[in-house]
Amino acid sequence: MSSLTILAILIGLGILAYFIGRMRSIQVCGGEQRTLHSRPTYHGYYLVILTVLPAITLLAAWGVAERPVTRYIAMQELGPQVLQGSDAEKALSMSVVESIADGLPKLTPEEYEVVRKARYGFVTPSDARDVLGRHSVVLGSDPERNVLAAADELASARATSRLILPIACFAVAALGFAWGYLRIRTGLRARNITETVMRSGLFLASTVAVLTTVGIVLSVLFETIHFFQFVSPFDFLFGTVWDPRFATVGQAEGQFGLLPLLWGTLFISAVALLVAVPVGLFAAIYMSEYAGSKVRAFAKPVLEILAGIPTIVYGFFALSVFGPLLRDIGFNIGLEISASSVLTAGIVMGVMIIPFVSSLSDDIINAVPQSLREGSYGLGATQSETIKKVILPAALPGIVGAVLLAASRAIGETMIVVLAAGIAANLTLNPLEPVTTITVKIVSQLTGDLEFNSPQTLVAFALGLTLFIITLALNVYALYIVRKYREQYE
Amino acid sequence: MSDQTASLASFTGEDAQKKLRKRHRAERRFRAYGVAAILFALAFLVFLFGSIFSQGWSAFLQTSIKLPVTFSQDIINPSGNPDAEDEIFRANYVKLAREALYKELGVDADNRKERRAANDLLSRGVDVQLRDMVLRDPSIIGTTEDVWLLASDNADALLKGSIDRETPSDRRAVSDQQISWIDQLVDKGEMKKRFNTGLFLNGASSSPETAGLGVALIGSFFMMLTVVLLAVPLGVCAALYLEEYAPKGKISDTIEVNINNLAAVPSIVFGLLGLAVFINFFGLPRSASLVGGLVLTLMTLPTIIITTRAAIRSVPPSIREAALGVGASKMQLIGHHVLPLSLPGIMTGTIIGLVQALGETAPLLMIGMVAFVVEYPTTPLDPATGLPVQIYMWASSAERGFVERTAGATMVLLAFLIVMNSLAVYLRNKFERKW
Repeated sequence: MSSLTILAILIGLGILAYFIGRMRSIQVCGGEQRTLHSRPTYHGYYLVILTVLPAITLLAAWGVAERPVTRYIAMQELGPQVLQGSDAEKALSMSVVESIADGLPKLTPEEYEVVRKARYGFVTPSDARDVLGRHSVVLGSDPERNVLAAADELASARATSRLILPIACFAVAALGFAWGYLRIRTGLRARNITETVMRSGLFLASTVAVLTTVGIVLSVLFETIHFFQFVSPFDFLFGTVWDPRFATVGQAEGQFGLLPLLWGTLFISAVALLVAVPVGLFAAIYMSEYAGSKVRAFAKPVLEILAGIPTIVYGFFALSVFGPLLRDIGFNIGLEISASSVLTAGIVMGVMIIPFVSSLSDDIINAVPQSLREGSYGLGATQSETIKKVILPAALPGIVGAVLLAASRAIGETMIVVLAAGIAANLTLNPLEPVTTITVKIVSQLTGDLEFNSPQTLVAFALGLTLFIITLALNVYALYIVRKYREQYE
Repeated sequence: MSDQTASLASFTGEDAQKKLRKRHRAERRFRAYGVAAILFALAFLVFLFGSIFSQGWSAFLQTSIKLPVTFSQDIINPSGNPDAEDEIFRANYVKLAREALYKELGVDADNRKERRAANDLLSRGVDVQLRDMVLRDPSIIGTTEDVWLLASDNADALLKGSIDRETPSDRRAVSDQQISWIDQLVDKGEMKKRFNTGLFLNGASSSPETAGLGVALIGSFFMMLTVVLLAVPLGVCAALYLEEYAPKGKISDTIEVNINNLAAVPSIVFGLLGLAVFINFFGLPRSASLVGGLVLTLMTLPTIIITTRAAIRSVPPSIREAALGVGASKMQLIGHHVLPLSLPGIMTGTIIGLVQALGETAPLLMIGMVAFVVEYPTTPLDPATGLPVQIYMWASSAERGFVERTAGATMVLLAFLIVMNSLAVYLRNKFERKW
């Protein structure tokens, strides 16, 4: 029985429990509902909570623990030789074990007998391999006896777990139901209990956000530490060559220098900001200081649309239209512009982040007190002089915050650069040449076949951590500036 | 007196006038920069949409050839046993289509070169098309029927004008003879562009004319379903806790800062999280739309929480106090008044979150949604792709036919987003209450 089926049955039982709880409470008070502390509905909820909640908690805990526990049991069968080996070897053997164990339940009893015999050495491993091959378990070589033993144990542990889980869940549900049913009486504070449980549920929901952050940090950090066992942090952070050649499992070959990627990321983001900051800022100034309400009502949504277009659309546009266009323009004026140049990705990305600059700047310019404007007009300044000499200096911290937020968007942006920027890591100052970025390399290291023990894959997590730290720092700083600025005028 | 005239002169004199004109010119210039900035954004938007539509509209049409195909028993089912499914499944359907084409064009069956040129007019997908017809209705074996067969990528490109007839024939993908055949068929009305249902129904394919968005649409649907089922309850509950219960203190501050930061974490980092936690730790299958949905849930959660909180905050205190005054508990106040009143706001926020999730690509690349999936996924655990991922995969392929498909798929994606956004605007305008 799969976990989803169990869940569905539990929910069904819960609905049943609701009606039974209601009925029971009416029965208990003998139809005199005003003698009940809580209305019958709450008794229904009370019984639902006692029936379903412990069982679902058990189900969830089981789901988390099942894989590690069964894997641990199976691993003990691999023998000391493998267990004392490196993590990479262990993981490699375990992946073979898992693929065999996935196939074992599909075998007929006779075929399974062959595998059992191979495990104890009565038939050759290649017989077992043939049998497994018939059920599309493809093995690279004949399985060792200890591997077969581990796979057998894994499969039987899984089967046991699958047998016990529904029994345990339904037993817990039944116990909870029985206990709750017996406790229903007129004085039961069912509403208070229900509300406390609901309130805890709300609290748990609000911690999901925190758990996500913790999950991001831990998972990325864990794999990064793993990566640093292959490549020293110093070589990663200060290396100037990016060339992660293909290597066999467990060996670090090639060079993992972050600097060319970081440079490419910053270069493209700088071009993007060169487009987005002037356009976004002037658009914000025009909308908040000059435009009438009609123009504003039209221009603001138009700018917001730019932020709403999925980045893959920008990427495709840059790849198929804008890159070739720039290249042709360059050809006509005698410049050699690569179709995947820094300019292509940078300009398109710049357009994408215009709304991030403009809408926040708009808010901030609007927040500058009217008295400052009037004071300046009173001294005879024109509108543009007021903006340049009074409003912008007053709004500057906020605008800097907006620009930093936009920069963090640009640094973390993926799809535009994956499609429109280069692939080769390139330390160049020439904006007409292609460079590559951190995000491009995360994608290229993690698509295709994955082997989780090679530095070639793990480096993606180190790059991800770098990206996370940079964007987080920019965001926190930007929000700090914006908040501090707001306090100034409030 | 003289001082006064001197100072007046400094305002009205030649120099002063000049300076004033200069200042006014600066004023107009400054204003023009603002207009230019908005026009730049607008022009870029028009250019973007225009170029995608001009490339993509033709993807909704596909060239087909009408041929009288003889479903010959000798080729489909030589053993004569109608239960020999394997035989029927593996029969040489391409031959059926090609023979019909030779007859139609009057191709000399002994001339190999001519035969090959004629073969190139038909798509490689015709065998599946004919096979499905036979499997659906085996009684057509032995009869002759008019069938609209898919034309090849090159024939399609010629009809749509993306292959130029004026190019010298040695640099053109379609030969002179093929062009004359195509013209002949078009004149007879037996070759024309028809609405491309395959674009919405087919799965992955290596030839552009048979590639479609079917798998991607189902995958995206499963992902959106997961997001709605998980992110909305979680987000609304979290928002309710933060607005209604959270004591002002360290814990609620931490949660709040966290949510704001999560909203700004690059999407690709969520993909790394999904890979490390859902696939490596929990052992969920790669390429499954469930994993995609879970990752997108975590990504949209901040959006939903933030919009829901705004909606809850706009419920006026008078209603709260009235409810509490007649003896409602806090939970009853929330369930009976706060939630129903903020529902329109929550729905708008949900749609905005879904729009964001539907267009998101980067995290899906991390969890193996870049997959060549031919079969429709039937559960969220089956391998699938998503709409934006399909665009990415087509955009990275080299064939010309795929450029058109990519733009077409982009139009489909944009259409979904526009519909959903309009729905959000409609809901907001219809149900928004000013208290």
